Amino acid sequence: MAESQQNYLQIRNLNHEYEAGKPILRGIDLNFDQPGIIAIIGPSGTGKSTLLRCINRLINPTSGEVLFDNVDLTSVEGKELRRHRRHIGMVFQEYNLVERLTVIENLLTGRLGYMSAWNAWRRNYTQDDINNAFELLEMVGLKDFAKQRADSLSGGQRQRVGIARAVMQDPYVLLADEPTSSLDPKTAVEIMELMDTLARRKNIPALVNIHDVSLAQRFAVRMVGMSGGHVVYDGPPEGITEDHLKQIYGGESWLS
Amino acid sequence: MAVVKDYPNPFERSPANTIGVIVIAAYLIYAAIDMDLSLARFLEGLGHGSALLDRMFPPNFTRWELLLDGLIESMQIAIISSVVGIFMSLFIGLFAARNMMPAWVSSPTRVIIALCRSFHPVIIAILFVKAVGFGALAGLLTLIVASIGFIAKLFAEAIEEISFKQVEAIRATGASFTSIVLFAVLPQVFSRFIGFSMYQLDSNLRNSTMVGIVGAGGLGGTLFSAFQRFDYDFVTAILLTIIAIILLGEFLSGKVREIFQ
Amino acid sequence: MSTINHQWERFTFQKKLARFAVYLVTVAAFLASIRTVDVIPEFFYDAPNQISDMFSRMWPLDTAFYPITVHAALMETLHIATLGTLVTLIFAVPLALLNARNVVANPVVNWISRFFLVSSRSVNSLVWALLFVAVFGPGVIAGVLAIAFRSVGFIGKLLAEAIEEINMGTIEALRATGASWASVLIKGYWPQVKPAFFSIVLFRWDINVRESAVLGLVGAGGIGVVLNDAMNLFEWQKVSMVLFSIFAVVILAEILVVQIRKRMI
Ligand SMILES: Nc1ncnc2c1ncn2[C@@H]1O[C@H](COP(=O)(O)OP(=O)(O)OP(=O)(O)O)[C@@H](O)[C@H]1O
Ligand SMILES: [Mg+2]
Repeated sequence: MAESQQNYLQIRNLNHEYEAGKPILRGIDLNFDQPGIIAIIGPSGTGKSTLLRCINRLINPTSGEVLFDNVDLTSVEGKELRRHRRHIGMVFQEYNLVERLTVIENLLTGRLGYMSAWNAWRRNYTQDDINNAFELLEMVGLKDFAKQRADSLSGGQRQRVGIARAVMQDPYVLLADEPTSSLDPKTAVEIMELMDTLARRKNIPALVNIHDVSLAQRFAVRMVGMSGGHVVYDGPPEGITEDHLKQIYGGESWLS
Repeated sequence: MAVVKDYPNPFERSPANTIGVIVIAAYLIYAAIDMDLSLARFLEGLGHGSALLDRMFPPNFTRWELLLDGLIESMQIAIISSVVGIFMSLFIGLFAARNMMPAWVSSPTRVIIALCRSFHPVIIAILFVKAVGFGALAGLLTLIVASIGFIAKLFAEAIEEISFKQVEAIRATGASFTSIVLFAVLPQVFSRFIGFSMYQLDSNLRNSTMVGIVGAGGLGGTLFSAFQRFDYDFVTAILLTIIAIILLGEFLSGKVREIFQ
Repeated sequence: MSTINHQWERFTFQKKLARFAVYLVTVAAFLASIRTVDVIPEFFYDAPNQISDMFSRMWPLDTAFYPITVHAALMETLHIATLGTLVTLIFAVPLALLNARNVVANPVVNWISRFFLVSSRSVNSLVWALLFVAVFGPGVIAGVLAIAFRSVGFIGKLLAEAIEEINMGTIEALRATGASWASVLIKGYWPQVKPAFFSIVLFRWDINVRESAVLGLVGAGGIGVVLNDAMNLFEWQKVSMVLFSIFAVVILAEILVVQIRKRMI
């Protein structure tokens, strides 16, 4: 497994436009080969969410390649696509849990890619899945909430469930689209800590879109700055200077 | 390696689902036997069905004069019963509103409304046909009763939900009951009334094409006699007309609602 | 500033004009209808007498008639309503899925299913019953199918609306896990529409109890057949017995539905 994780996710010359003639992503080239949090920063509307969604094909990119597990994801469909998707965990700003199901079942929905619809209907989760779910739940500190409905949780708790669901997938990479933007500062730090711990434990990269630069710098092993659909910074978090920030976000009055 | 302990399955298989499925299945079988339903009869019917479809198409509009007569009568029934029914409902709804009237007025009025709505229009229609004879009059009376049952209740509820501040403000000026209703109550509920009324006009239009089946006038009568004469291509023509008129009605009432919102 | 004001005024003026036109058309249509409708005035004035006469002949109820005929017919009516509601689900659920734009993102498919739903709703259940009596002959089958075909449009439309209101973020999250289409339906859509589904079905069942009581008037089984026979023989005390039992069943059904709903919420 460690072997195959070299160069796990590779993005080559990725372009996307929602409307013809209005490119959002312009020739993105990125390699993700080390474990840990990779923070993606950039101004609103620059295409960070679009980039993440192109990776697991919630959006079909206009052109380019997404190499994952030695397959170009932009060229697969249907069953094949789903088989790869189940190794890409995704975490959302609004958590996107199934509110009316219990916390433990929300975790288990992370296994849907591995089971038949009939088994999903009958709730025939394997004993292994159930064990993993409970252990993970304990790890994220929600052991006592297993049988509560997801809509009875606070935002921070929901995000922990969201992360646990993604980890249940046995992912080779995690994608997180502003996982902390709806949370208070303290909870935001806890969530980033959790993502960091899990990414290291699983030895996988976690791509995190984030607006809070200092929070990003605190946890990231690498930062990607985007602006105008291009990557304008790609390197260690310490390497980001005020000049870079000006270039990424434009202007400077906000910096002081 | 530590021994992994198995967690208990968090989804205790509640028997409720299984029991539910069994109950429904048992009911289906019981009901089918009880009512002498059988696949054979059903399949036999399907044969008739395709024969019937053959005879229904293409639709036959050659007797369009008959069709037009029925249509006009249906519209007359719908329009008169809507106007009269809504007008009466205004008062009955006011009388039934518990915040405007003492209990000895509102309670009996509510019983009347409940009686009006608990019977299907067709049942009311046959009673009226027996009482006043075949024709448009029975249809009219039926739909007036149906309108009262539906709209007066909604009117009453809308009036009960109004803000009482304005009523008190106007009452404080020493206004009479009539002017309280006109200037404090009506403005608050007017647009909802229009909405209900449009809905009722719509449903009266639908029902006016139906009550004729039991002899209460309108296009339903034309339809029923076409059925009895096995005139199935004319039946199709009538059905298409009904669908068209209902769609038109829905469109128009949507427009009116837009104007008054 | 003033131009905006001016436009605003013109807008309300148009609105006023439109309202006035609606009033005018309503009054004109009403007067035209009153003048031309084919009603014999004497009959109209005589109506109160006739009606009170009819009611006086209905009293007292013929209670002995209940166990002989009414009870069985009443049960049959309930069966027709229940079976019809169950059968309708076979068609209504798929049509609702095809009609919901957030399930099938294909306008052509949406419109085709909408066409079926609208047709079902535009034809009254009594008319559906006439059609099915012509196909299957008089009896319960025609009644069940009439109820089913009329309810498809109702349940399908409301269910599709409920589906369109669900949170699509959840659906996206499940798709992202690699779940199959069917699994997303089961774990994403279904938990979210489940309460609406049951309340729509119960609501329609309640309506169907009322509707199935009249289908017998055109021969499609149930208590309506008994009512029709009693009417044709002018047996008014039996008629009132039947009417009373229909009334009781309708009220009971309504109470039942209200109770179940309370528990569900
Ligand atoms: N479904 C869509 N259809 C058309 N345009 C879209 C769609 N989604 C996003 N866009 C456009 O694409 C651009 C990039 O959007 P995206 O959501 O990727 O930005 P972002 O970098 O994630 O911004 P934020 O930080 O505010 O989340 C925006 O200009 C947006 O208006
Ligand atoms: Mg975004």
